[in-house]
Amino acid sequence: MAVTLAQAINAALADEMEADPKVLMFGEDVGQLGGVFRVTDGLQERFGDKRCYDTPLAESGIIGTAIGLAMYGWRPVAEMQFDGFTYPAFEQIVSHLAKMPNRSRGTVKLPVTVRIPYGGGIGAVEHHSESPEAYWAHTAGLKVMTPGTPDDGYSMMRAAIRSDDPVIFLEPKRRYWMKSDTELPVTTEPTHEAVVRREGTDVTLFCYGPMVRTCLEAADQAADEGWSLEVVDLRSLSPLDTAAMVASVQRTGRAIVVHEAAMTLGIGAEVAARIQEGAFYHLEAPVLRATGFDTPYPPAKLEEYWLPDVDRILDAVERSLTF
Amino acid sequence: MSTTASDPNDLLPPDEPVHLLDPDGTYHADPDHPLDLDDGQLRELYRMMVVTRKVDREAINLQRQGQLGVYASCMGQEAAQIGSAYALAADDWIFPSYRELGAALVREVDAAGFLHLYRGTWLSDHDPYAHNFGLMSIPIGTQALHAAGFAMGAAFDDNPIVTMTYFGDGGTSEGDPHEAMTFAGVFKAPVIFFVQNNQYAISVPLERQTAAPSLAHKAIGYGIPGFRVDGNDVLATYAVTRRAVERARQGHGPAFIEAMTYRMEAHTTSDDPTRYRTQEELDEAAKTDPIARMRNYLTARDLYDQDLEDGIEEQAKATATAVRAGIYDAEHGDPLELFEHVYDDPTGHFDHQREQLQAELAGAVDGEDL
Repeated sequence: MAVTLAQAINAALADEMEADPKVLMFGEDVGQLGGVFRVTDGLQERFGDKRCYDTPLAESGIIGTAIGLAMYGWRPVAEMQFDGFTYPAFEQIVSHLAKMPNRSRGTVKLPVTVRIPYGGGIGAVEHHSESPEAYWAHTAGLKVMTPGTPDDGYSMMRAAIRSDDPVIFLEPKRRYWMKSDTELPVTTEPTHEAVVRREGTDVTLFCYGPMVRTCLEAADQAADEGWSLEVVDLRSLSPLDTAAMVASVQRTGRAIVVHEAAMTLGIGAEVAARIQEGAFYHLEAPVLRATGFDTPYPPAKLEEYWLPDVDRILDAVERSLTF
Repeated sequence: MSTTASDPNDLLPPDEPVHLLDPDGTYHADPDHPLDLDDGQLRELYRMMVVTRKVDREAINLQRQGQLGVYASCMGQEAAQIGSAYALAADDWIFPSYRELGAALVREVDAAGFLHLYRGTWLSDHDPYAHNFGLMSIPIGTQALHAAGFAMGAAFDDNPIVTMTYFGDGGTSEGDPHEAMTFAGVFKAPVIFFVQNNQYAISVPLERQTAAPSLAHKAIGYGIPGFRVDGNDVLATYAVTRRAVERARQGHGPAFIEAMTYRMEAHTTSDDPTRYRTQEELDEAAKTDPIARMRNYLTARDLYDQDLEDGIEEQAKATATAVRAGIYDAEHGDPLELFEHVYDDPTGHFDHQREQLQAELAGAVDGEDL
């Protein structure tokens, strides 16, 4: 039976709560309602309102109490309802969640998973379509991961909860309804590894989260033009799998980084830097980026002009090939 | 749906802070705040205040000598800290800010270790789980949420412990204590929000933090009872905190305590308080000194004599000497430890950065340029 990304993450939460009685799930509207995207659907009914509970509408409070709960010995999974509403929790995430294990010289572990639906493409109102991953990836002490497939949604979520490190788990909200035919439970590659989703010989597309499917579509279309594109799903944004990136470029000689987030100082900048450092003599063209623009996220009616799509990606591919 | 508070008036603080000791040591019994302390405990409270002040002074001296980068003194706030911390059971947890030397000493955190953050040798030197004492928290008020979360976690686990967090009058303006009290009220978490109202947030006086009748009045907004106490009166501070702690332990939820005190020293050693307060104000505040007050009380009770003072003084000196020995020219640890505790599982992180530092260190040993 086909399972969607949202259902896969829901199943991972349920299976991990079943396996470990210390796992708690909380946030705004995650209880009776089951989350605004229904990712926590049924968890409160099944595990009770002490294991899956609604919090007051206060994001800093959600993360700050998660830290206290984790210090006590619970294994919290905290939901930020939308990307644009993580900012009130920025201080708790950056100053405490990320740093406390280090500051305590290893005596305090914070096995907290922060779930964040992120990215655009669903016609949402302002502040509901942001891609804040670079903030978290820039912060030492956090692991940052984002599934691009339902299988990874399940397997990576379970791994995130089991991790003794704090994890920012970014869920590509426009892919919540994307389906897979895999039977759950499924175990995919280790979370810190990038995965080649499609092998190719001419250009590598590096992508993650919502752009994985877009890049696979671009690769399909490119094949019609006679271009063989490799698609690498980074999966983990912190750490980045440098070896996989370098290995792919050593095969193809050309690289495009694709993400929704604005270009400047985005993940693409870091990927490009690592590729030029690790595969300089293999490069046939500069590493290019196909990303969102350096403007605030646009109103819904304009997002199709802002978001990177197959055309923007193929344009970059052509520039790379004709360099 | 309704809130649980039966009568909002029950949540309001008294008109005057609870006060048991006059500055001359005269004790006023209060049936609402009976003292359950024996003679030894009364002397112990005094001893801890004296030791705290001695170590505090030593820390200021060490900063003046370039041994600490900065230090935030708790002089004048010894009764507020020690009276409140002493009211907790050993299993209860404390989530401090960065000025709680007195509370740390109650929890037997090593005094020299406490100062390593200020020296810059380590960001912390104590295991929170060995003392039930959290890490110092510098971003103002942020630790209140950790105390609330920890208390929620204990309640979820049917563990009858209580947590207490310290922040200041300035901290009450921040968002995190607000969210912490919101959560604590809703979840009836056994947490005590202990505010040391020392009248200043660096240079900014209390009237610039709030227009509320008192800080304790804010508690009603969270469905939490607000208490006020003379924070320079160690017995009153103990008694009021004890009452709030037992109330929380019995499942009646959080409490907010505003302890009226005064920061006798600068905000930190980097601050110049002569720019914002007068000598007259300081002289007036000195008359309410918590240590002299307790000494006067013990003397009146025949619990104080020169032998006691000599013994305490000797111990305070020994502690201060140990602090000096532990801090003076203390070496930082292995620079490679920078990479040690960032991640439980560091696989894939740092991309050769550790090797780079290792090479730089080797180069430094060989006398090469870095």
